[in-house]
Amino acid sequence: MSELTVGDVLPPLSTHITRADLVRYAGAALDFNPIHWNEAFARGVGLPDVIAHGMLTMALAGRVLTAWGLGELVTYSARFTRPVVVPNDDTGALLELTGKIGAVNDDGTVRVNLDAKFDGRSVLGKAIAIVRPA
Amino acid sequence: MALDQSFVGRTYPPESVYEVGRAKIREFAEAIGDPRPEYVDAEAARALGYTDVVAPPTFTTIVNLAAINRIVSDPDLGLDYSRMVHGDQSFAYHSPVVAGDRLLVTSTVEAIMSRAGNDFITLRADIATEGGEPRVTARAQLVVRDAEEAGE
Repeated sequence: MSELTVGDVLPPLSTHITRADLVRYAGAALDFNPIHWNEAFARGVGLPDVIAHGMLTMALAGRVLTAWGLGELVTYSARFTRPVVVPNDDTGALLELTGKIGAVNDDGTVRVNLDAKFDGRSVLGKAIAIVRPA
Repeated sequence: MALDQSFVGRTYPPESVYEVGRAKIREFAEAIGDPRPEYVDAEAARALGYTDVVAPPTFTTIVNLAAINRIVSDPDLGLDYSRMVHGDQSFAYHSPVVAGDRLLVTSTVEAIMSRAGNDFITLRADIATEGGEPRVTARAQLVVRDAEEAGE
């Protein structure tokens, strides 16, 4: 990979998260917190409805990196700033995932600024990956 | 309710070995919809220089979360699990996690603070192989939302 420039945009991705996806992720990640599958429980603790695992959103944003053929990942971090509310229907929640080159560092690494939008608003803050391009 | 500050600096030695399996990597990759062949096909992984199928970037959340749950469920800490949400997460990668790895997790409570009625706890997980090769350092900040603000 060569000639990466600040502002370069990675191929975006959009995906729907359904309740079935949450159950599947819960099993795969061994994260059985009921706020991610039990509507009554979620409402009982003050959430609007069942919400997606923050780590699922982070993993999906990570696909923007892996689809790009990222080279070697050095760090990956994100803040979970807003819940992704997943309705009990066949469509689920639409997540729009993007990434762009935020910096080209002197040590040969690049900083990728990632974002995940739900309902037109960011649900990740400071989602950043440092990558050493292949 | 404030968390017990005396937990800051506590370190939890590994409890048990987690052996990374090919089937678990596949299951995780499918659950996040990531189709890259090196997660499911050992030949494809070897062609890229890995010794076996390699785990997606957030795979170690599995062992990280188990370590987190061990700490936050300690009744002495005083954390209301039902009000806990994930605030942030980071991974620093030292070497690739591959099928066959036998992982040990050492956890440390890095910080506890309270702000606007919410409690924050930062936990670090040092994930390494049984042979002592560092794989991933994972950090999670967990937020325990103020019970008074329910229903916002």
